Parts: sequence; C-alpha cells; structure tokens
Amino acid sequence: MEVIVRILRFDPEKDGKPHWQEFRVDAEPNDRVLDLLHIIRDEHDGTLAFRRSCGHGICGSDAMVINGKNRLACKTLVKDLRQPITIEPLRGFRVIKDLVVDMEPFFAKYRRVMPYLINDEPPPEKERYQSPEERERFDDTTKCILCACCTTGCPVFWVNGEFLGPAAFVAAHRFVFDSRDRAAAERLQILAEYGGVFNCHMAFNCVDACPRGINVTKAILELRQAILAGSVSLSPKER
Amino acid sequence: MQVVRHRYDAVIVGAGGAGLMAALHLAQAGIPTAVLSKLYPTRSHTGTAQGGIGAALGNMEEDHWEWHAFDTIKGSDYLADQDAVEIMCREAIDCVYFLEHMGLPFDRTPEGKIMQRRFGGHTNNRTGEPVRRACHAADRTGHMILQTLYQQCIRYGVQFFNEFFLTDLLLTGDPLETGTRCCGVVALEMQTGVLHVFHAKAVLFATGGFGRIYKVTSNAHTLTGDGCAVAWRRGIPLEDMEFYQFHPTGIYKLGVLLSEAARGEGAYLLNGLGERFMARYAPKLMELAPRDLVSRAMYLEIREGRGVNGKDYLHLDVRHLPKEVLEKKLPDITEFARIYLGVDPEKEPVPVQPTAHYAMGGIPTNVDGQVVVDEKNTPLVGFYAAGECACVSVHGANRLGTNSLVDILVFGRRAALHMARFCRDADFAPLPENPEAETMEHINRLLNNNDGRWRVGKIRRELQEVMMDKASVLRTGDELRECLDKVRDLKAQYAQVRLDDRHSAFNLDLIEALELGYLLDCAEALVASALNRTESRGAHYREDFPKRDDANWLKHTLAYRKGDDIVFRYKPVVITKYPPQERKY
Repeated sequence: MEVIVRILRFDPEKDGKPHWQEFRVDAEPNDRVLDLLHIIRDEHDGTLAFRRSCGHGICGSDAMVINGKNRLACKTLVKDLRQPITIEPLRGFRVIKDLVVDMEPFFAKYRRVMPYLINDEPPPEKERYQSPEERERFDDTTKCILCACCTTGCPVFWVNGEFLGPAAFVAAHRFVFDSRDRAAAERLQILAEYGGVFNCHMAFNCVDACPRGINVTKAILELRQAILAGSVSLSPKER
Repeated sequence: MQVVRHRYDAVIVGAGGAGLMAALHLAQAGIPTAVLSKLYPTRSHTGTAQGGIGAALGNMEEDHWEWHAFDTIKGSDYLADQDAVEIMCREAIDCVYFLEHMGLPFDRTPEGKIMQRRFGGHTNNRTGEPVRRACHAADRTGHMILQTLYQQCIRYGVQFFNEFFLTDLLLTGDPLETGTRCCGVVALEMQTGVLHVFHAKAVLFATGGFGRIYKVTSNAHTLTGDGCAVAWRRGIPLEDMEFYQFHPTGIYKLGVLLSEAARGEGAYLLNGLGERFMARYAPKLMELAPRDLVSRAMYLEIREGRGVNGKDYLHLDVRHLPKEVLEKKLPDITEFARIYLGVDPEKEPVPVQPTAHYAMGGIPTNVDGQVVVDEKNTPLVGFYAAGECACVSVHGANRLGTNSLVDILVFGRRAALHMARFCRDADFAPLPENPEAETMEHINRLLNNNDGRWRVGKIRRELQEVMMDKASVLRTGDELRECLDKVRDLKAQYAQVRLDDRHSAFNLDLIEALELGYLLDCAEALVASALNRTESRGAHYREDFPKRDDANWLKHTLAYRKGDDIVFRYKPVVITKYPPQERKY
C-alpha cells in the first residue's frame, strides 16, 4: 500500500526554520513507523536524520511526535494511524537535525533527583534481603526507558523551565520506595521544592504517552503523600 | 575539518554492560576515565537482554559453580577455554551480589533472596535435569543491569562522551611486533561532525556484536561490529568468527527476541503437525536444550515440510502456562507478540523462527581482558576488550543462555581491575603523527564520492540477504564459497558508495556508510573462517562435514587481514579437567 508521510525537516546548515516534506512510501500495514523512516532513508532521501537502536521499544531512542502524539516509532504500526502520517521531533528541546533533539537537558533533570541507590552501610556477604512485597512496591517505575515521551508531552514542562518533569519523578519514585535505599529524605526534599511534584497539574498526558504503560500520575501522587507524611513508610500493609 | 584532543588514563568505547561495569570499577579506583558511546548509554543493547544472569547462588535448589562451568563447556561443544570458564562461573556469583548491592531490583523468593529460574543447557550435573540458576528481574534483566550500572556511573562521576562514533584505534606500531602499545582512539562526534582524538594509557573496546550482517536478527540497528572491524583493520586477529549463534525464538520475519525465559517457565515449541518436535533431538532437555541444537532442529523441521502451514516458521506455545506467569514473569514478550504479530499468546501460539543473535567470536583476549595477538597469547600492551566484541573464549562454539550477561560483568570488571593497575604504573605512549589523518581521508572520500553509484541501504540489504541464505544455521562449502564471493563483490561496490548527505550535523548517512564498512569486514571474516573450518561444532554446522573432528579441529581460529586476503593461524583450546565427550541432551 502507498503511505503518505509528512516529516518536519530541519538542517541547521541550510534551513532558517523547520519545514514540512512529504514522502510517498510503499509499505505494509504491519510496518512500524520506524520501518517507514528506514525506507525513506534507503530509497528516497538519505539526508533524513533520526535516532533508533533496538527497534522494539526497549532502548527508548526513537521517541517522536507521530500524528500529534508522543510515541516510539518502533512501537507504532502503520495500520493504527490515520493518513497522512505526520512526524515531528519531540517538543521543548533544541532540534539538532530533523527528528534528532538535544536530550542533554532531559538527562540533567534526571540526574537532579539522584537516580541511584544510596546505601553506605556495609553490604552483607551475599544479597540484601527484600521481600516480594517490598520489591513490588516500586516495580512499575523500574520499567522506565528514559525515552522522554512523558516529559515532552507535559504542559507544565512546556511553560516552566524549572519543572523536573515526569521522567525524573519516576526515577525518584523507583528509589524512594526501594526498601534498600537510605536517601529518600534527600530526594523528597528536592521534589518538594519549586519545579517538583507539587507543580504537576495532573493533566495525565504522561500516563497517556508512556510507551511502557507506567502509571506516572500514581507515582507522583505517592511521592506527594510521602512528602506530606514527613517520612516514607515501606511497610507492605500500607500499599 | 576541526579536531579536538583529549587525554584520559583510560578510554572505554561502548556503554553497554561490559563498558559500564568497567567504567564503574575504574571510577571507584580513581582512574581518570572517559566512556565513548555512539548512543546515549541507556540505549545500549544490554538493555534488551531478557531472561537472566546465570550464577550458581543455589537460592532455589542445590547448585555449584563447577556445575555451571561444566554446562558452559559442554554447551560450547568443548571449544571454550576451560580456565576462563572456571573463572567466569566462580566470579559470576560475586558479580550478581555486587549488582544487588548497587541496587539491581532482582525478583525475590518468599524469604527475600534473589529469585532464579531454569534456562537452556543449565543442569543439575548429578541428575541431568534443568536447574534454576538464572537470576532475573521479570523479563527485563538486561534493562535493569544497564540502568543500575549507568545510575552508579552517574553517582561516581564517570565522564561520558555520548554519540561519539569510533573510527580508529591508535597504536605505536605493528601489533604483532614486541613493544607496540595502544595509545588511543579517534572518534567522530555525531551531533557536530567534529573529530576527536583521545590519547590514553589504556583503551577498552566494549562495542558489542554485529548481528546486522544478517537479515533476521534480534540485534539493534546499531550492532555493526565497529570495534571488531577497527581492530581487524589495524592487524589484530579475530578469533572463532565462524561461530555465530541463532536464537531459536525470534518473532517471525522481524527477528525480535522472545526470551528463552518463556521455555524456562515451561513453554513448548510445536511444528506444523502440533508435535513437540524437540523430543526427536533432545529427549531429556526438550525445549531447554542449548540454542545451537534447538535452532538446527527448527531448520530441519522446516526443511522437511513440518513448518506451520508449510511455511518457514514454527510455534512457541505458552497457552498452558498460568496467566500470572505471563503477566508477572513474561510481560514484555507477551506484549511484543501482541504488538508486532497481533497475536495474543494466551489464546494462540506465536509464530517464531531462529534469529541471528550472538557472536561467540571476536577480538581475542586473555582472562584479564587484555587483547592477545597470536597463538602464544602475547598481549598488545594497553589494549583491552570485553563483552560480545571479545573472545576470551568462554562460549566456544555455542553460548548458553544467560552467559552473555555473566561474561560482560565478570570480564568487564576483570579488564577494569587490570587497566587500573596498568594505568597507575604506566606512562602515556606517544601518539602517532597526525593520528586523525586516516579517519579524515576515509570520511572525505565517502563525503565527496561524486561518482558513487550505490546507496548504503542497497549494499547492506544484499549483504544481509546473502548471509541469511548461505551462512546461517545450515552451511555447506559450496554455499559459503558463493557467499564469500558475493561479500567481496559488495566490498567492491562499497568503494563506489554514494551519500546524499554531505553536511556535518548528525549525518546519519555518513554514520551508516561507516557502519556498513564494518559489517562487510565482519561478514568477510565470518564466512572465510566458516569455509576454512571443515567440521561441525556447536553453532557452526557444515552439512558436508557433519561430525565434530577433535583430531584436527579442537583449536581456535585466528583470522588475520593481510592486504585483500585473509590468513589463518590456530590456537590450542585450554583443557583443565573436562575432557571432550560426545554432547547428548
């Protein structure tokens, strides 16, 4: 079948501003949008730039705006989209070229929440014990692949440069509720400040956009509750 | 073309599990270290590993690292170096605890220990029955390893150079001459097109595999053998390239992996007649036989007309597994089947075919990750390799499931510890004059090839098709010879490749052209080595030489590039206490 694809192009070495370009591509209904981009590169126009790696929704490289929504190109099938298919770079970041944006500000905010286990007690010889219930407590937020679909779809992020964004909150949640971690209070302090979880307006765009199905809003609410409670309880019965 | 120079004691190329494990240990040892990755580190392919890390913790039942070692050696069809395997299986246990201490969220037993499950070829050595050895976090174990290591690298302040693409390895002379040292690398900054020279005391390649030489593969688009090809062009041999693993359960046509964890949890493989055909090939382990046997059985079933609907695929059936197992232990692969095939695994069997998955061969190293350049294991001072791009050899002719993760952790760490000692004692070796000159000439030739005739995508597609048809699971001398001729034709075409993009910023056209050059080199080394080895062993199955031939071939291949030719030398296999026997499962 013929598929019409409209891509927002930008080459900093020749374009003053982004412009739309249309391609007519021979593709199958079960093809991924990523396949369309590869067909365009291989057969129509080798100057098209985008990021991709694993091709099946795990590495998080190919987040882009497809028909107005933030999605992974490798997890979106042609048959599920209205034509013409429009493809734009993620919003809110500087465009380096075509669909490639500068992700550094995104990772800088991720690093702000101390996204690593902190526990300076001497570890046991073998593993630290953790019950299945304690492990389950933060399971959902371990799924994050840092694709930025959530953060760049968030209306607060678009207008508030200080806002850490849902992906950083998800990373914080993953450690705040891990029974082995000892730095919850420090993280909650950061999240309680301006740009933190209380600046979330509950638009739910993040939940809608997450290709991993993470309940981001629930994680944000749990972080708020932990801040308001003044401490973080890890007791399974409070789940 | 602008050039920027850097100086770090240690430079690591690649930010998957091996690279990050090494980076973390170098950072903890206080060695100034730079990590170059052509991706953002969290995009690395380690993240797609699903099933688990093999380590004889014995949390679920009796297990011993010696059993793990024997299983690995038997799985390797006795080509693995047994001293290295023993080190790997012993240190695997400590590496798993290390990751747990670093925060990896393993699944847990009711008493709170790390949960383990069955995996292909891992057995209780007394009974021969499958043993629960694979430590896992649902079916996203690799994702959790990559996240955990990257997070701790952030904590320890590792210096990352993201989207830096490797173009050259810098040596002070011929790698086969004594006294030659490695002194750095050259890389292209993808976002700007600027070249960077990294001057280093020690360089580690952790650049991953080259599955993109094949049409149907589980490998990411970016797995193009960069490190292997760059080292090879500099005169360093590639070891055992003929041994390439096809994983039995790729999604039909796409190649996306459905983890062996599915079979570990009890899934069946069915042919078009609905038979569990593995009963004919491995009556004891059935679906949990090692991957070389299962993939070969699948090819034979299909060839004999027992594919599903007479086609070239079979079925993976999980319908009899409890819903909770699918939801809790195999959620990702359940989702893959739903998205990409429109198949609900709870209700229908899933169409699968063997998919190109893992290179057992690569850059030869010793057990400390030092690259060795000849049959006497002479190290090339200052140059290290770890992970899939390296060949220690712990996987021999066929890798067991879970052992790739074990390999990256154990040998990523061992390489780092050796590098740290080396960096404390050694000075910087001088850089060659104009270290970036060759890269610059190569890139300029690609960018300015106005008479070029062929697109990158066309040559790459033909390479992937011929490799899939003639150099995959079932091989013959005639087909391999045809394949080698075709690969060499494609190399000739590559000299006339034409790029659309002549600009600097994120020039994916240029990157893909450089990657295609690497793929062609890896493919040529693989096919030539496969043609040369006139026996069948592990993943290398020659229909014209169907038996293993220990008298002539119990040895490693070392393939060297000499001008336009390839010459072979051989290295003995290290046997400690497991004498080669016939492999039965």
